[in-house]
Formats: sequence, structure tokens, C-alpha cells
Amino acid sequence: MKLLTCPVNGPRNITEFQYLGPVRAADAEQPEQLIEALFYAENPLGVMREWWRHTPSNTVLIAERHTVSDQILATYLPNRKPA
Amino acid sequence: MPFSLLKYGLRSRHVPFRDIPPTPDLKRSYDVVIIGGGGHGLAAAYYLSNVHGIRNVAVLEKGYLAGGNTARNTTTIRSNYMTEESVRFYKEGVELFETMSRDLGFNVMFSQRGQLTLAHSEATLRSFHLRAEMGKHMGTRIEVVDVQTVKELCPHLNLDLGGQHEVMGGLWHADGGTARHDAMAWGYARHAGARGGEIHQRTEVTGFEQAGDRVTHVRTNRGTIAVGQVLQAVGGLNGQVAAMAGIRLPIRCFPLQAMVTQPLKPFLDILVSSANLHTYLVQSSRGEVVIGGGSDPYQLASTRSTLDQKEHLAEGALHLFPFLHKVKLLRQWAGITDMTPDYSPIMGASPLKNYWLDCGWGTWGFKATPVAGKRMAETIATGRVPDVLKPFDLSRFDSFALLNEMGATAASH
Ligand SMILES: Cc1cc2nc3c(=O)[nH]c(=O)nc-3n(C[C@H](O)[C@H](O)[C@H](O)COP(=O)(O)OP(=O)(O)OC[C@H]3O[C@@H](n4cnc5c(N)ncnc54)[C@H](O)[C@@H]3O)c2cc1C
Repeated sequence: MKLLTCPVNGPRNITEFQYLGPVRAADAEQPEQLIEALFYAENPLGVMREWWRHTPSNTVLIAERHTVSDQILATYLPNRKPA
Repeated sequence: MPFSLLKYGLRSRHVPFRDIPPTPDLKRSYDVVIIGGGGHGLAAAYYLSNVHGIRNVAVLEKGYLAGGNTARNTTTIRSNYMTEESVRFYKEGVELFETMSRDLGFNVMFSQRGQLTLAHSEATLRSFHLRAEMGKHMGTRIEVVDVQTVKELCPHLNLDLGGQHEVMGGLWHADGGTARHDAMAWGYARHAGARGGEIHQRTEVTGFEQAGDRVTHVRTNRGTIAVGQVLQAVGGLNGQVAAMAGIRLPIRCFPLQAMVTQPLKPFLDILVSSANLHTYLVQSSRGEVVIGGGSDPYQLASTRSTLDQKEHLAEGALHLFPFLHKVKLLRQWAGITDMTPDYSPIMGASPLKNYWLDCGWGTWGFKATPVAGKRMAETIATGRVPDVLKPFDLSRFDSFALLNEMGATAASH
């Protein structure tokens, strides 16, 4: 069983979470960045920041995960990255 | 074929041939360098050398020949897509498989046994009608069938009448089939090699040298080569290799997993898939049941399998064929797929003048191997993108001219 730590509920089975995709550098609200935000999402071979949702509690969080090793390095609430 | 078989059988001294040409030293320059020795790259090399007479071609493969997704796919070949542009393209692909064994003088075991996709809801049936009408309009053999016909096509299927996944009908695609993926790759490699094409295994492209909007040199772990034109077809790593050439692609990597059971007596002579259960099954000519399904739920560039996904596949398979419950799994694996936002490939021109793309094949590119190879070779040889490829141009994302092809993914096979 693979675990992901919800910042509110603690470590849970990853099947309780929904993947919402990478945190994108481009801003969909800016017309000149729209295409970039819609289609050119982040896809690094390395550490990526990404959105997840813990479905039972509807907690939306950010995870930092390595896209080759699949290791989860940190999880935190948006804008509350621990020091 | 029968005549050549007879000749072969009666010949007293058969000289075995080498399928995969040996890797020679790298030359200093090539007219065309193909990056990626998977089915797509090899098919392009075959068409360039055998049809267009361009023989100074090198295929560079970082691992071993066709060891990427060409070796990992579940070999479904079909053309029952949604959009007119896709049906036209994939139909040409199926037709090339129909003559492939003869064309290559190599038995690729193409078996056109038909594909049945099950509908478990009215909504799915409605979408099937749409696909059937589009297919018929384009001249493919495809129709919506009722439960009775489903029973006749697949007598051992659990129809679960009244249950959670009640079968309400299906989409029958008589042109669908499978072929031996390795044989196809070896056949292309052998013929490309016979006409001067060089196939370099263990040769990894590590970077490019550019002048203006052209690539002048390709850097590899075995040295730097001057190039006339470049074709990129590197499967799961398309986003990364394009980035080395300074080209951004709308691609994200997801793993796709599959598995096979121990061999069983033949019981399934068609390909069967379920849109609801995200599972599809086909029995190989050796009797193994090949089981595939949807992609992993999050981005990953690793070929490790996960227990979750295997359990999910097993669950779907058992639902459709409960008597498989004691059957052992023989092998299981994963491949990295290069997914585009509209489930359609990216073929044709790139922002660089002499750099061509055959990318974004995601979970659906095996069936397209011959047609992509043929049409990309034509593009390189003539410098003009043929009409059938135009809808797949990279620029479609800038103009919102997407080709939404949910019919393309393994999940909704
Ligand atoms: C489990 C699974 C099931 C599938 N099922 C089906 C199916 O049923 N039907 C279907 O149509 N499609 C299916 N697919 C998709 C299909 O396998 C691929 O789309 C197709 O094989 C792509 O072929 P390719 O030649 O482009 O890529 P590949 O066969 O992956 O070849 C690309 C090659 O490029 C090489 N390479 C990468 N980087 C470099 C570099 N820097 N330098 C040199 N070489 C490099 C790789 O080593 C690799 O050999 C499936 C895929 C998977 C993973």
C-alpha cells in the first residue's frame, strides 16, 4: 500500500486521494499565458509540485514528488510550505 | 504467401538470415538521422530506404532495438475512433497491417479477429452509435450490436444481467485485430538494413548543435554526427528529447501497465474490452490471456508496476470471465506513455526547419506504426506534410484546433 500524508488527516492510503495535476507556472487568467497553462503542463524528470485532494475530507494539498523514483518528499496545504 | 511457403519447405538448404542488422561504426554524417529505434523509427527507416531511395539513414536507439513501448504494448490494432481525421489515418494503418507479412516477407501474425467493446449504460451505447456512424461513413467495418449478438461473439462472457455492470450491447469492429509487435519491428529493421539503413543500438542522443532554425549536428554517447534531417520518435521520452532541441511539447508522462496469464485452452477468439471496467482482454496464439487497461492515475516516468493497478486489471478480467479466478499470472510490466491533452499524436513539422516530429503516441501508437512510418518518410523525402497528417500538427494547440479523441485511450477501447 502506498501512503500519502494529508496535512490535515495524516498518512492515508493513496487510493483515498485524487491527483489534480502539476502546479503550473503559467497563469490561466493571463490571456498571453492561457495556451501554456492549458496545454503545456509541467512534466519534469525530477521533483514536481502537484495538486492532490484527499477525497473523504475534501482537503486540497500540494505534494512534492519525484517523477522517476515516485518518492513523495513533502506534502502541505497551499501557501503553507513548511520551512 | 502459400507459394513462397511451399518453395521454402521444399528447399533443401536454407540459409538462416540475420533479422537485426549489426551496429556498425557511426559515420560522420547522414542524410537522415532517426532518433528512436522503436517500431515508428524503424518503419520510417524502411520507407525512406525502400520506397524513397534515401539510403544514408541512421536509426539511433539508446537501448536495444524496439525495446521501448513497441515491446510493451498489448498489440490492439483498430480504427474505431471518433473524429473523421483519426478514422481516416488509423484506417490506412489497419490496411497496411493487412499486407504487412507479404510486404516484409516476414510473418507478423496479423490476426484480424474483430474487437468487441461492451456498453454497460445507455450513455455508452449512444456514444457507440456515434462512433459506428462515423466509422461507416469512412468505410470501416463497425456496428452497434445487441446483447444476443454479444453472446454469440463471446459465448463465455459473464453478462451480469441486472447486475452492477449489466451488458447492454456493444460496438463490434470486425476490422480490429492484433499482430506480433517484435516481428513487425524486426521485419522493418531487416529491410531497412538491406537497403543501406544503419541501425545503431546502445546509441543515445544526448544533445544537438543548431545554426539558426536548423539542427546541424546530433550529439550521442558514441560521438557527434552531422545531419541533413532529423526525425524524432522516442516513445515515452518524446517531451525530454524535444526539449534538448529547444522544442516544447504538450506532453505528460504516465505509465501504462499490462499483464499476461499462464497459457489456457483457446476460449476467446476476439478482442474484448469494457469501457466501464477499464479492462480489455485478448487471448494470444499461445493461449495466454493478455490483460490491459487504463493509465496510472498520476504522472510518472518509471516502468515499475504497481499492485493497485494489477489488482484493478484482475478485478475487471474476473468480472468479465469469472472462471479465470484460479489462473496464474505469468508476467506483468509497464511502459511510459507520452500523453497529449487531446489524446492524439503530434506528427509533422516542428519549429526547426529540418527536424520532424512523430510524438505523443501515448497508449495508442502500436496500431499506427506502419502508417506513421510511411507518412513521416514521405514527409521527410518530399519536404511536404501530406494531407492525412495535417490535422496532427503541433500548431493545433496554439489555434485551439484540438482533435479530441477520447476513443483513443486504452481505457475506453
Ligand atoms: C502497456 C502498454 C500497452 C499498450 N497497448 C497498445 C495497444 O494495444 N495498441 C496500440 O496501438 N498501442 C498500444 N500502446 C502504445 C504503443 O506501445 C506505443 O504508442 C508505440 O509502441 C510507440 O512506438 P514508438 O516507436 O514511437 O516508441 P517506442 O517503441 O517506445 O520506441 C522509442 C525508442 O526510443 C528510444 N529512445 C528514447 N530516448 C532516446 C534517446 N535520447 N536516444 C536514442 N533513443 C532513445 C527508446 O529506448 C525506445 O526504444 C501500449 C503501450 C503500453 C505501454
